[in-house]
Amino acid sequence: MSAALASVAQPRIRPRKSIFRNPLVRAVISICTFLVLWELGSRMKLPWVGDVPAPTVVMKAWVPLLSDPGYWYSWYQSSRRVFTGFLAAMVIGIPFGLAMATSRVFRDITFPVFEILRPVPPLAWVPAAIIFWPTQELSIGFVIFLGAIFTIMLNVIGGARSIDLRFFQAARSMGSSNWDIFRRVVLPAVLPSIVVGCEVGIGITWNVVVAAEMISGGGGAIQSSAGGGLGFFIWSSYIGGSYPQIVVGMISIGIAGYISSAIIRWLGRVITPWARVR
Amino acid sequence: MANGKLGSSHGEIGAWEMFLYRFSRWLRSPTPYLMVVGFVLFFGAWYLLSEVFKVWRFASLPGPHQVLVEWFNPNPVYGMSLYTPNYYMHVWMSLRRVIYAFVISTALGVPFGLFLGWSRNFREFTFPVFETLRPIPVLAWVPLAIVMFRSDETPVIFLTTLASFYATALNTMLGVQSIDESFPRAAACLGASRWQVFRHVIIPGALPYIFTGLQISVGVAWFSLVAAEMVSGEYGLGYLINSSYVNVQYVVILIGMISVGIVGYLSSALVRIAGDYMMQWRVRELALGGGR
Amino acid sequence: MRSPVLAGADAPAAAAPPQQHHAAKGAIRIENVDKLYYAREGPVQAVSNCSLDIRAGEICMIVGPSGCGKTTLLNAIAGFHDITGGAIYLDGQMLCGPDKPKAEPGPDRVVVFQNGALFPWKTNLENVAFGPVMQGKLTPRQAAEKARGMMADAGLGDVEHNYPGEVSSGMRRRVEIVRALMNDPKVLLLDEPFRALDSLTKSVMHEALLEIYYKNKVTIFFITHDLEEAIFLGHRVAIMTTRPCRPKKILNVDIPHPRNYGVLTSPRFRELMEETVSAVHEEAVKAFEAGEKEM
Repeated sequence: MSAALASVAQPRIRPRKSIFRNPLVRAVISICTFLVLWELGSRMKLPWVGDVPAPTVVMKAWVPLLSDPGYWYSWYQSSRRVFTGFLAAMVIGIPFGLAMATSRVFRDITFPVFEILRPVPPLAWVPAAIIFWPTQELSIGFVIFLGAIFTIMLNVIGGARSIDLRFFQAARSMGSSNWDIFRRVVLPAVLPSIVVGCEVGIGITWNVVVAAEMISGGGGAIQSSAGGGLGFFIWSSYIGGSYPQIVVGMISIGIAGYISSAIIRWLGRVITPWARVR
Repeated sequence: MANGKLGSSHGEIGAWEMFLYRFSRWLRSPTPYLMVVGFVLFFGAWYLLSEVFKVWRFASLPGPHQVLVEWFNPNPVYGMSLYTPNYYMHVWMSLRRVIYAFVISTALGVPFGLFLGWSRNFREFTFPVFETLRPIPVLAWVPLAIVMFRSDETPVIFLTTLASFYATALNTMLGVQSIDESFPRAAACLGASRWQVFRHVIIPGALPYIFTGLQISVGVAWFSLVAAEMVSGEYGLGYLINSSYVNVQYVVILIGMISVGIVGYLSSALVRIAGDYMMQWRVRELALGGGR
Repeated sequence: MRSPVLAGADAPAAAAPPQQHHAAKGAIRIENVDKLYYAREGPVQAVSNCSLDIRAGEICMIVGPSGCGKTTLLNAIAGFHDITGGAIYLDGQMLCGPDKPKAEPGPDRVVVFQNGALFPWKTNLENVAFGPVMQGKLTPRQAAEKARGMMADAGLGDVEHNYPGEVSSGMRRRVEIVRALMNDPKVLLLDEPFRALDSLTKSVMHEALLEIYYKNKVTIFFITHDLEEAIFLGHRVAIMTTRPCRPKKILNVDIPHPRNYGVLTSPRFRELMEETVSAVHEEAVKAFEAGEKEM
């Protein structure tokens, strides 16, 4: 086959794509399938699934709540707790972590203590926190603080450790002081890890908030009048026997958690525009 | 480095020798002594604040000395110490639940994660549901779990398994996706079928990430377990902590907390050691400062 | 054991690629190949109307500026990517073409990767024995025997039971080449395999590769941007243009085989270098100005 003939005879190869290969379409299909299976399983009273209220029932229970101020107040309370506890964890955890990363001596003194405190689950601290702190809110806040701080600190340390040595060398050779290096090399390089630590930390925080609200609001043996929040909402729905509301509460928390993660990711992109998209 | 490899005249360095070498180097650095300083500061402060000076709210908190005395007491005031059998019963109840949950979540989560990473079709159909359910905090499932599984034990194990499952599956998937694409390509060149690539390249390649995920999953399991036990359960360390608060046996609270910490740490370490053993190649690679 | 210095100009001249014992195997025909792919910035024409004939049993060096599309060609031959136009034939049989945009990867065209793709979780011996065992051609024991033999031939007998992470990068490369050759391939596809090595190790590797070649006579498709390496090793050097990739000039290296490092200072070598440098330089400047990123 001569080259001229060949170039005329070869058609362009173009891949065909059917609509079912589109990832978004597939996502929609899978979620719809999940909802349908849930609905059917619930109605047919299959084991386990049969006791879960069906999606349609859940939606029916949800609509009136949307106009109930108490429901939105629960949102506010949980979000407030998450926000304040997380902020406190960041304010203390980030500087602490940076100190541990930059000063060998400081790290050698504090890291072992950090490591023995870390395996204790945050919720195990609840009774001790209640004994120690004068108000309920403060004790919940303390537990939330604990939940987030370990993750944040670990990520800060990890991020600072993995800064390429050559950045320091380059800065030094251009005449930077220690403080300059800290501000212009260490801090920006650590920011992406801080963002990741926050993303993970916020998930833990929601877990802790929900559990703390359930425990102190009536779940378990610790009773108290203060409380509220979405975790409390779920628990009291359970006690009160309105099961569809349990699922409403769960989905609400899921949405709230997703929104807060999205906010953190967005903030992360704003603060660290150079970070690679994963 | 003659012959391009490190080793004694008898052969390669074994794992035990490596460990001894690292340990002796550690002893010679200031690190262990600073560690002692840290502990002294922490426990000293606690002791002084709660037992000696009884500052502010610290007064109602048991101090380290009180806790240790009670914990090691053959005849404990509140009935719970290293000498009482019911202490071990609580420990065992919690441990047993974690073991069940860990085994189930690993058996389900690792294959699930492997397929999520390996097959685009599978991932695009399954991951959306997974990701939609994930933002719901595991502990928010507590009441629903109690409703679904009427018994006492199953909800607790379900919650713990769920939390571990997420961590394991995600990390496994990440592991598969992080494998350098030249590895499966090389295997394909060498005549391996898709299934062989999966078995000989994907699984070993993802193993480091899988073990990281397993360590995380053990930690998460303890986290969820304690919470679940505090809310609904009988026996177990979470339950113990809770009921000691109710019965105003504050020292036992701390004994419970410390016990959870220790058992949790040991289980995590166990997973890590198992991982190091299974991945000798990686330990050596990292020790020589290499690796990609 | 390495053989003594190979004979130089005294050996019988062999300007054309040597005829091998088996029938012509490993002849590659690249015909009007196009490759268009979609990057984040938009469509990129990596290869356009590229035609190249690689003779059976020859060492064909592919030289060009970074990011010009050479690796795309290799990936197309190996079967890792599809092509959007044209066809590629191996010994007359179509690897990929209009009805079959993507070739299947296989042991007849084994690749040696730029950053090395020895499996870190298998020992060197297990790596080398991997191919035949996977294809079911040999039992694990037989494969291990054969692997041991081939590794000993290549001077790698000592590192059989080490993991790749424990040996030097030069050794890793050699192990990878032996792993490829275990499968009796028709073509060896080398994607800048010695790029990450220092120049001292590199020159040793060159001689090692030639030794292996003289024993096995596979067709070698070798991508590099090191001109000295290209002229030293190759029978022919194909100089490619910047993106989109197409052969600009094909140089016949008429220095006789077997070659040794003495060749590097011969006048003929210098002449060939001059020819090559001017051709490549033009393309390199174009690539530099276009700011092309490595693909």
